[in-house]
This record gives sequence, structure tokens and C-alpha cells, in this order.
Amino acid sequence: MIELDVNGRKHAIDADGDTPLLYVLRDHLALNGAKFGCGLGQCGACTVIVDGKAIFSCVTPISVLAGRVIRTVEGLGTIEQPSPLQRAFLDEQAAQCGYCIAGMIMRAQALLDANPSPTDAEIRAHMEPNLCRCGTHMRILRAIRRVAQQASRTSKPSGSQAT
Amino acid sequence: MTGPANTARRAFLARTGALVVTFSLAPLDVAAQEGGASKLPGSLDKTPLLDSWIRLTSDGTITVFTGKAELGQGVKTALIALAAEELGVVPAALSLVTADTQRTPNEGYTAGSNSMKDSGTAIRNAAAQVRELLLERASPKLGVPADRLRARDGYVVADDGRRIAFGELGAERYAEVRAKPVSKLKDPSTYAVVGKSLPRIDIPAKVTGGVAYVQDLRLPGMLHARVVCPPGYGARLSDADVASVSKMPGVVNVFRDGSVLGVVARYEFEAIRAMRALATSARWERGTPLPNDDLFAALRALPSQEIVNADRQADTAPAARTLDATYTRAYQMHGSIGPSCAVGLFDNGALTVWTHSQGVYPLRASIAEMLRMPPERVRCIHTEGSGCYGHNAADDAAAHAALLARAVPGRPIRIQWMREQEHTCEPYGPAMLAKHTGGVDASGNIVAWTGASWSNSHSTRPGGAGNLMPAWYLATPFSQPTPKPIPMPEGGGDRNSIPIYTVPTLRIVHHFIPDMPIRVSALRSLGAYVNVFAIESFVDELAHAAGADPVAFRLRHLTDRRARAVVSAAATRFGWEGFTSPRGHGRGFAFARYKNLAAYCAVAVEVAVEHETGRTRVVRTAAAIDSGQAVNPDGLRNQIEGGIVQSMSWTLFEAVAFDSTRITSVDWSTYPIARFADIPDRIDVEVIDRPGEPFLGTGEAAQGPTSAAIANAIAHATGVRLRNLPLTRERIKAAIGV
Repeated sequence: MIELDVNGRKHAIDADGDTPLLYVLRDHLALNGAKFGCGLGQCGACTVIVDGKAIFSCVTPISVLAGRVIRTVEGLGTIEQPSPLQRAFLDEQAAQCGYCIAGMIMRAQALLDANPSPTDAEIRAHMEPNLCRCGTHMRILRAIRRVAQQASRTSKPSGSQAT
Repeated sequence: MTGPANTARRAFLARTGALVVTFSLAPLDVAAQEGGASKLPGSLDKTPLLDSWIRLTSDGTITVFTGKAELGQGVKTALIALAAEELGVVPAALSLVTADTQRTPNEGYTAGSNSMKDSGTAIRNAAAQVRELLLERASPKLGVPADRLRARDGYVVADDGRRIAFGELGAERYAEVRAKPVSKLKDPSTYAVVGKSLPRIDIPAKVTGGVAYVQDLRLPGMLHARVVCPPGYGARLSDADVASVSKMPGVVNVFRDGSVLGVVARYEFEAIRAMRALATSARWERGTPLPNDDLFAALRALPSQEIVNADRQADTAPAARTLDATYTRAYQMHGSIGPSCAVGLFDNGALTVWTHSQGVYPLRASIAEMLRMPPERVRCIHTEGSGCYGHNAADDAAAHAALLARAVPGRPIRIQWMREQEHTCEPYGPAMLAKHTGGVDASGNIVAWTGASWSNSHSTRPGGAGNLMPAWYLATPFSQPTPKPIPMPEGGGDRNSIPIYTVPTLRIVHHFIPDMPIRVSALRSLGAYVNVFAIESFVDELAHAAGADPVAFRLRHLTDRRARAVVSAAATRFGWEGFTSPRGHGRGFAFARYKNLAAYCAVAVEVAVEHETGRTRVVRTAAAIDSGQAVNPDGLRNQIEGGIVQSMSWTLFEAVAFDSTRITSVDWSTYPIARFADIPDRIDVEVIDRPGEPFLGTGEAAQGPTSAAIANAIAHATGVRLRNLPLTRERIKAAIGV
């Protein structure tokens, strides 16, 4: 039995310690956001945040996660009350099939938490591990930039807006 | 064992085939898609009852039905917009049911950019005719002539404000009403919904972790399954340790039928662990070898059927310059981010399959044949999956779900393929070769053009069990049927093979190669991607020979007003005229009308080529698209932006690798695709709306033009012409000779 802290709630999980977090999120906790894409840490569809860092949940065994803080896209907001980043993805209509999108949002959220107003180059470099096959990249970047610009408007008094 | 490998082996052994010659002169353009005199509009022609499309109930509920499926292209939102417009309600007042063999019309496949033409046209007309029926019924009750009544927000309303709810107008009484050929459609200038960008109804769940995909289904009592796929085409399972794997934690069933091997377990990761143990224990007899030395020579050596698609002679001035060039494309994959998935439930002799197949009715027929069940006992329900971009492994996963569900009756069985399986077993976009010869006269006019293309089939979609990959490996197997060419004007390998430009003397031939050494099928835009790449590269080569600007050269040879409009719009938006290239940069342009009868799309790109490494990046893109009446302009823009990025990825990076025994592109490191670092700084898409014009479809329009625009820009930047897709860093470096 391993205790996991997911989206602010503690869950006692009855699974082998080598089970990747992804399957526990989906099967044991019935969370849909993290997706199986490759199981190899190559595409980012499974991205969640652990202790503030974006990680591949498909290759992270739960044995290393006891006592750590796990956030999934479900922990950001809801359809009724989306988080600022989810709101930005809605406003930019930043999805086609959308299978990669929850992972994209979580990787971007980790960046914005650490650096609320990243530059475009910083955003692109940070998002590099995540793949999108529909070609929604322009809109994903716009959505992230939208939140970054909101942050720089509210926190920076003069002339240092991210582009 | 059957499947493509066997036909390939036959072919490789034979190597000499009788040349079957057919001669079909296809028209360059097919106009009347809204139907001729007696035809009903769009898919109403096959499913004429209004009630099949629009259903009202006495409580005022309005449900719209479509046989098409949401693939992430936004079709649900667009179809709702059309119905809402004609019924005079807000989109949120409608619910939509998509492809389901028990509930919706049979509209075949959701493919070919045909959904708006087929289903959009049907729903728009059905909604208009239902609205007129409601007005007629309300007329005597309100004592007002029908033509003075309006439908608004679920009521029939008179000028004086009196109104009757739709639900009170005997909704059930139109259930048997057949559609008429002509509808009283709303005047596009009065549209309240259509033509305005509408937020897609499927996106909110996708950004908040809602149940959005077949992968997310959690039915009561559901179990998880995984399969072990053969290590190469035609490999035969000789042994596997079923007994030990059956005892592993959580395992409910180990399935073996011939060479189809799978496990069913309580939890998903238990299924994966058991699948791995099963795969490790499995012993296989090797399948058939793959043609890995000179692929294009091997393909051209196979027997082929010659199809003449254009042949005309004219007396013109002799060519002052004649060029010829050969273009190729490697096998490329759909490469969905989410591996294919399905859920099957076999209960009381009936099977239900939740699937992201593009064609639930053809899939039902195929599964019924495979299981030797009557089709009425099989129901296929489309449930969204990861983007498919054509015929990927969705149907195969559905077949696996059907087989495993029958083995474990009464429990829903969810199967998802692993990444390596998705990469190595899906049917790829075929490798192709196109050869063009053309001449320009002394004044720079194209006078003659000869084109030839060679390709396998671009559709091995299930129309029977033999096109379901798992069925090839059953103890009593089904063989893959010999494919037939898709006739022009749609075409398969010859889609878009006829230049749309003014060419007095023209001969275009397609060589259809039935034998498939590698499994292939429909990949977004079929042969159009390669043919437009070849033709639009060649047009640039001709323009260069004529000393003409590539955009001006195209306009000089285009008469279609709408074609000229998109070419001019893309050029203007890009800033073609005033373009000055920084060192290592180049500009490129391309245009096509998809299938020569659907959407018009022009793309201009600026690339930067790193001289030392050959690495090429698309810096910016401007495109123009005319797909007739634009229903959801932002949805349309999203499709074109995505098409450009995906085509850029195919064009610069993608080729399926294989050795003599198996596919070696097994994951994203062995089959790289575009990443954020490769994404342009900007993509501008101009939507040329044509209110009242027929829907031409959008989903595949950008694939072809993008590829040639990039090749043309690389040629402009480096002075070197690349003709073999993909235009990889290594090929570019080798060509520029550093």
C-alpha cells in the first residue's frame, strides 16, 4: 500500500511499487487527463506535475512518489471554473484531437509556476519534450503566451513584457 | 499466413506481370455536388427520411444525427451550427449523435474532406425542410400563412408575437416524411450562426480531463487487454507460454487463436506485464522478407495496371526548353499520439464495440464477417480517439476488442495497442514515385506535359474481414483482398495527378501496383500529397526555365477565378513581391485545388537553411483557403494551420524505416516528427468565405501545397532542387555539398 497525494487529496493505493503513476491515475483514481501515448517518456501525453516539476507519469513508478505532491490537469480547474491556463486553451481553441493537450497544459503549468512570464524562446524550449500530431503548436504557444502576458502585465510595472 | 506479405512474396517471386491496360478519361471537374435534378442533397440521397437526421420530441428536445465522426477536425460543431441556423435555434439547444450503427445514417467513412459536402449538406437541407414543415403545421393554428411565420428559439413565431413551441406541433408526424430535392434554405446574408467562429463543443472536456475519448471509457466491470503482435508481416506463432502467464497477478484470460495472442486482466498495468511475459515467451516462424535494398526499383518491378487519366494533343509552338524530373516519397505513418484503442462487450450473443474507426458501418460488416455473426448482432459506436489522419490501426484494435470480448463474455474489454505496435503494424501512406516531363515555349508558356505516377493502393479500409489485420492471423485466417484503384476524379495514388494549369498537350498516366510489400492504406490526402509535391515542384522548375516569377507563372496558367484568388491572397499576405531574403533564407510557393474539384489552397513559406548542417526550418507561412461557404471560420483556420504543420513534419522529417525482416521505426526516436523547435514563428491563414457556395471540405487541402512550397523555398535558398521526400537534413546537406 502506497499513499499518494494527488490534487490535494491523499489516496492509499494497492498496487506494486513498480507500477507507473500513469496507470494508477487512470485505473485506480479514474482520472482521464494523463494519457497513454508511448510508455517510453518520448511524447509527453502523460505529463503531470510532481513537486512543481513536469514529469512523464508513464515511466515514473509510484514507489518514488510517496509524500510528494502530484498535480494532474483535473487539479487545475473544471469545465465550469477552468484555471487561467485552461481558460487560455479554450480562448485560443488550442486543440484538434486534443489527446496531447492535458499533457501540454501540465508541462506549461510547471513552467508558469516557476517563471510566470517566460519569453517565447523559453516557452518553446520548455515545451520541446511534448509531441502534438495534429499540428496545433501555434495555438498551444499562443495559449501559454496569453497567460504569460497576463502575468507580466499584472506583476511587472514597466517595459519588460514577454513577447 | 495471409496479408500483404504474401501478395508481396508472390509478386517478388513472379516479378513479371501481365500489363492490364485500362483507359479512363476522367473529367477535370465534377461540379454538381448539391445534386442533379432528381438527386437529393448530400447524404439525403441515400438516407432520405428527415427523421433520420433531425428528430424532435414533444418536450421540445431537438437531436441531430450524423453518420460522420468527430476526429478532432471540429465536424460536430460545424454540423450543429448548420442545423441550428436552419432551425432558428441557438447551437446549445441541439444535441448531436455521431456515427453509430444503431442510431445514425450510414455515411460510409469520415474521410476525403467529404463530411461537410455529404453530411453538412444533408443536415442543412433536412433542418430547413423540418423548419418548413413546422411552419406549415403552425399556420392554421395561428391563422397566419406559413410564409409569414418564422422559427425562433424552438418556437414558430408570428409577427404579432404569438407563438407555438416546436414540441406542440406533432413532432412524431413527420417521422416518415421523405426529403424533397429542393429546400427553402436561409439566405446566407441573414445567417446568425453559420460563418461566425463558434467555440468547438468538444474542447472543454479535453482541457479539463473529462471523458473525451474511447481511451477514457470506464464501463462497469470493465477489464483491460493487451495483445502481442507478430514481429513481421506473415510471421506465424509456433509457441507461447499460456499456462504461466495465466497464473500472473490479475490475469483473467490468455487468448490464443492461431497467431492472435492477447491477455485480459483486472488492471491495465497487469495486462501490460502479462503481455510482456507472453511476448518474451512467444516463438515465431519468420514472415516474408521486405524490399529493403532499392525500394523504388522494387516497386516499379511489380506488376501494375496502367490508367490513363488525361490525354490531349494540341497544335502549339514547339517547346523552347524541356525538363524532366522524378520525385519520390517514402512510406510515412499516421503516427497517432494515442495508440489505437477499443472497448468490446459481448453479451447474450450480441457484440457492441466502441471504436474510433472512421467508418462504423463498414467496420461492423467486417467484424461480423470475422466472427461469423449476423451484422444485426454487431453494433459499432464511434467514440473519439486520438487523431487518426486516415485509416490507422483503429479498426484493427476494434477487431482485437471483438475477439477478446467474445472470449470473455459479459465483461467490457478495453484494449489499447502499445506504441511499438501502433508504429509497426498500422497501414502506412504508400511509398510513391512520380515522373514529369514538360516544355515551355519561347514566350514562357507551358506547351506540353507528360506525367506518370506509381503507387500501391491508398485504401485497404475494412470493407470485409480481410482488411482487419488481426483476421490475417487467426487459425482460420482471412486473406487481404486484392485492392482496386479508387477511380478518378477522386483518385488514390493518382489523386491530384493532373495539373490544373492551362496545358495544351497533356498526358497523365497512373501505374496502380496491387501487390503491397509493406502494409498501406489511406493517409490524409492520399496521393495528392505526393502528386502536388511533384507537380508544384515541377511548375517552379518550369517557371525557372522560363525565367518567370513562380507566382506570376502560376497565375498566367490559371483561368479559374477562385484559384487565382487564393494564389493572389496567399502571395499578398506573405509579402511575396517585396520579399528580400536574408542569407540562407528562401521563399517558396505552391497551390492546389484538392482532388481538382474541392477546396482551393495556396501556401507560401519562408525557410532558413543552416548551411553547415542542412537543417531547415520553416520560419513563417501564409496561406489562403477557399472551401466554399465557411461554416466555422476559426475551425477551418485550425485545420489549415494543423495541416501545414503536419505536412511540414512529413516533408522534412518522416520516413518509415525497415530492414529485410521488419519495420524498424518502432517509436518516436526511430520515427522523428516535428517538435516545438521546428514550428514556424507564424502561420497566417486567410479564409476566403464564399457565402452560399457548396461546401468543399477543408481537412486535407493544405497537405500537398505545403510540401512543394517548402521544397521550392529550399531550392530558392540553396539553388539546389530536392525531389525525394522527406527532405531531411542529411539529404539537404549532401545536396548542397558541404
